[in-house]
Amino acid sequence: MRLSRAPECTAGRQDYNLLVIGGGSGGLACAKEAAQLGKKVAVVDYVEPSPRGTRWGLGGTCVNVGCIPKKLIHQAALLGGMIRDAPHYGWDVAQPVLHDWRKMAEAVQNYVKSLNWGHRVQLQDRKVKYFNIKASFVNEHTICGVTKGGKETLLSAEHIVIATGGRPRYPTHIEGALEYGITSDDIFWLKESPGKTLVVGASYVALECAGFLTGLGLDTTVMMRSIPLRGFDQQMSSLVTAYMASQGTRFLKHCTPSRVQKLPDGQLQVTWEDLTSGKENMGTFSTVLWAIGRIPETRSLNLENAGINTNPNSQKILVDAQEATSVPHIYAIGDVAEGRPELTPTAIMAGKLLARRLYGQSLDVMDYSNVPTTVFTPLEYGCVGLSEEEAMARHGEEHVEVYHAYYKPLEFTVAERDASQCYIKMVCLRKPPQLVLGLHFLGPNAGEVTQGFALGIKCGASYEQVMRTVGIHPTCAEEVAKLRISKRSGLDPTVTGC
Amino acid sequence: MAQPPLPPPPRAQTSPGPVKVGTAPNRRLGSVRGVLVSSPPGRRARLSSPGTGRSSSEAREELRRRLLGLIEGNRVMIFSKSYCPHCTRVKELFSSLGVQCNILELDQVDDGANVQEMLSEITNQRTVPNIFVNKVHMGGCDRTFQAHQSGLLQKLLQEDSTYDYDLIVIGGGSGGLACAQEAAILGKKVMVLDFVVPSPQGTSWGLGGTCVNVGCVPKKLMHQAALLGQALNDSRKFGWEYGQQVKHNWETMTEAIQNHISSLNWGHKLSLREKSVDYVNSYGEFVEHHRIKATNRKGQETSYTAAKFVIATGERPRYLGIQGDKEYCITSDDLFSLPYCPGKTLVVGASYVALECAGVLTGLGLDVTVMVRSVLLRGFDQEMAERVGSYMEQHGVKFLRKFIPVMVQQLEKGSPGKLKVVAKSTEGPETIEGVYNTVLLAIGRDSCTRKMGLDKIGVKINKKTGKIPVNDVEQTNVPYVYAVGDILEGKLELTPVAIQAGKLLARRLFGGRLEKCDYINVPTTVFTPLEYGCCGLSEEKAIEVYKKENLEVYHTFFWPLEWTVAGRDNNTCYAKIICNKFDNYRVIGFHVLGPNAGEVTQGFAAAMKCGLTKQLLDDTIGIHPTCGEVFTTLEITKSSGLDITQKGCG
Repeated sequence: MRLSRAPECTAGRQDYNLLVIGGGSGGLACAKEAAQLGKKVAVVDYVEPSPRGTRWGLGGTCVNVGCIPKKLIHQAALLGGMIRDAPHYGWDVAQPVLHDWRKMAEAVQNYVKSLNWGHRVQLQDRKVKYFNIKASFVNEHTICGVTKGGKETLLSAEHIVIATGGRPRYPTHIEGALEYGITSDDIFWLKESPGKTLVVGASYVALECAGFLTGLGLDTTVMMRSIPLRGFDQQMSSLVTAYMASQGTRFLKHCTPSRVQKLPDGQLQVTWEDLTSGKENMGTFSTVLWAIGRIPETRSLNLENAGINTNPNSQKILVDAQEATSVPHIYAIGDVAEGRPELTPTAIMAGKLLARRLYGQSLDVMDYSNVPTTVFTPLEYGCVGLSEEEAMARHGEEHVEVYHAYYKPLEFTVAERDASQCYIKMVCLRKPPQLVLGLHFLGPNAGEVTQGFALGIKCGASYEQVMRTVGIHPTCAEEVAKLRISKRSGLDPTVTGC
Repeated sequence: MAQPPLPPPPRAQTSPGPVKVGTAPNRRLGSVRGVLVSSPPGRRARLSSPGTGRSSSEAREELRRRLLGLIEGNRVMIFSKSYCPHCTRVKELFSSLGVQCNILELDQVDDGANVQEMLSEITNQRTVPNIFVNKVHMGGCDRTFQAHQSGLLQKLLQEDSTYDYDLIVIGGGSGGLACAQEAAILGKKVMVLDFVVPSPQGTSWGLGGTCVNVGCVPKKLMHQAALLGQALNDSRKFGWEYGQQVKHNWETMTEAIQNHISSLNWGHKLSLREKSVDYVNSYGEFVEHHRIKATNRKGQETSYTAAKFVIATGERPRYLGIQGDKEYCITSDDLFSLPYCPGKTLVVGASYVALECAGVLTGLGLDVTVMVRSVLLRGFDQEMAERVGSYMEQHGVKFLRKFIPVMVQQLEKGSPGKLKVVAKSTEGPETIEGVYNTVLLAIGRDSCTRKMGLDKIGVKINKKTGKIPVNDVEQTNVPYVYAVGDILEGKLELTPVAIQAGKLLARRLFGGRLEKCDYINVPTTVFTPLEYGCCGLSEEKAIEVYKKENLEVYHTFFWPLEWTVAGRDNNTCYAKIICNKFDNYRVIGFHVLGPNAGEVTQGFAAAMKCGLTKQLLDDTIGIHPTCGEVFTTLEITKSSGLDITQKGCG
């Protein structure tokens, strides 16, 4: 067994084989896998309260302030849509229909707490030692942990994995931003409805939050400086926001906030600049939510004590393909590592594979290509592989064929829903057999639809192969297997009939 | 699959030993089946393997075009071998008829073997002579003589442009319409005959066939209505508040659904018109070779001729053949447009139609009982079927197992009325009685092939099932007659399959293409209250084919995130894959029971087309949080016997 690649042990005998800093998706997966392989493992986790004072339990971003509460509240919003659909399908629903944020939040928060508890139990079951302490490096094998009460503990290990993730970023030069604004760290833990909300940012977090707030009936505005969903396919992104706008989300494009002030009645007055006209505007909101990006949790780790290199711009930890940092026995996985997708399942898999390489005689390294993902905006957007822009950039426009379709989900018909933005696009190499480079799906259940096709792309699917797949009727997913119209042909891509 | 009677399929003629193409010894020439010119098995495999290089595939393509050109360009085209006595007989026949033939002697050209290979691909016939008359594949020597005797040959020879149509499609359902439109796109003159014989209850509908009118479409919409009922329940847990009383109005729902269907009927008509396909709302019946009689609603008859025909008449629900069934019972043909709420319902049968209908009605709040003779969802994975059933049972559907109805009696008229059903046990003398408002029969479907004059032109059907046997290019035993869709023997009864088959058929017939419909690894989904999606083999079938010890089955329960806060069952949704250990753990069966199973399954079906293995599943990143991601983290094998229940997080 390849026990350790560390050339020396500076502090003599180590307390642990593996010490994981950060109890999120990646850290926990790595710790549990290592324990499974018979190693002595400790996890240290500490949630620094948000500027608003929100804190939470074990499990990291995904469980507490990310995927899980996000999708549950997204579901609450979708259910609102279904209540509106129901009368078309014969259900007599008495008006008025109201939404109680408090009740929803309590249900969601209780579920999250049950997951926190579940993670604690799982660590216990696998004999992973858990410390609720804030860690910083003393040297390359030792960390110092401080409890909430200020008590210090020294822990040492042969291998250390940094998996501290990231936290939402606040703007630094906007008056009142930090004092009065909240972030995604707070929104899921609010006891009361946020009311009329300004969401600042164009990230998927911004759009998802704005989407579900709108869906729950709140007056919601998104303010963005430039383009929505940077890094995603831009045609899809604009369809995502077009659908949101059709559902009532307001958009202030090319605007940047300059000041947030609290009015005597507790409302927040936001001043912003319209970058197109150069004019200054003002509006009043109950809540201002910053979703302008995230910063890695590296600053309080004293990485320099262990000699770990970071990217000075992003502050993320530099890693190699084996997830190793500049210090060979110290690794970094998940959102804190430079150049990695900030996604729970990638962190989990990276953590597991790392533990197996360290202690399980495995050589498998993580493949970060073709990672599928889904943005849970009101109309969900699932994608895997390259965006159209990226495919063009890499292969040249003349070598890329894009097949696309506007389709109408069957369920939308009777419900008289507008399907203008339900759209699918498959980006392929033009040369037969037309290897699939990317798939983009906008519509209901996009995550469910995309998952299997991600496998297909992993298997090296060609356009021909996907077309030879018989559809499942009537589903939205079958439209993927029926994409016949290429963009190049200029033909109308609207699917008609059955 | 049964084959046309003469000549027997090439597969049945495997040579006992390697016989070189072109130098075949004449020892088998005495065979009544015609000349056998078989190549060693390895040769064929190599030629048809996809691994052959780019240049060879280009060469094949060129050869194919050349052959199709010969077939299209000659009134009579004979592929022959100069030394073959059967070929000689055929040549003499045509000569005696005074018909000029174009003959290609395979033994006298350099690429004769390749030609033979390609002919086998195009026609599914490896033997010579291989004869085409006016572009119709005649067959070999025996078939030609047979056609000569029956008069078909003379008809074909007369043909040319004398037919009214290039193609007449009988049946305007998914398969028929797809085929007709594709043929029209390829420039052919096409007619579609469609006529809906009213159900015994008098229900009838417009263009589009089963799927659109009385199948997938209304079924899924009613399923959605039932799901919305569930969503309404869930919504309160997610903070939504409204009056406690939520009732369902059957009439509102059916009206909305029927409106949508009408728009689809209209769309189909429009689409035929746009493509210049003639649509005739008449019942089609063959009266002689190449001629069909079309009878409209008023009984007026017209007759049309065509060079080629496609039968796509589909199926209709079966009746029990017991007292009172046709008078009082309804079927899926009636349910979706029923003008009144069916009330307390007995569903007879355990097909997917039966379970889907029962699920929908229960979801809408009705009292529903399903009477099952033997197993649920025959042909599907039985573990999954039982899970589907037990979920339904937990959610209010009553099951009466091992009973069959023997009599249906009307107690009261009305909308709905009251019916008494007497049923007897399949295992003993026990009988039971029950009173229901509605009895829905869903015991199976019968092909609509017996009353269309197929006997007049000699198209063979399976006497018992009424299904039509076809070869792998959807051709019946009568060369110019083809069939697609639910009426095919041994094929799948699924809309997308029929569409695919219809389209590809038209492309092969009129577009010079070769691609055949692939009936392997076709995914499907049963839209029961908890949806069941699958692709590939059931566990039973996999064991039968590969043996249990060669398989590894991975499985787990999963709890959809949306169900947690809604407080729904946590050990109910279930995922299973079946892998072949000795083929790199290739996934040969995929099964999922859970919400949106159809949406989940589709992509995995595409992946299975590309050779999905367990390793690839493990290497793929999940999309979090979805149900589909469960397949990327399957760890527990069935053989391990380990617990797969989800402990929950409490």
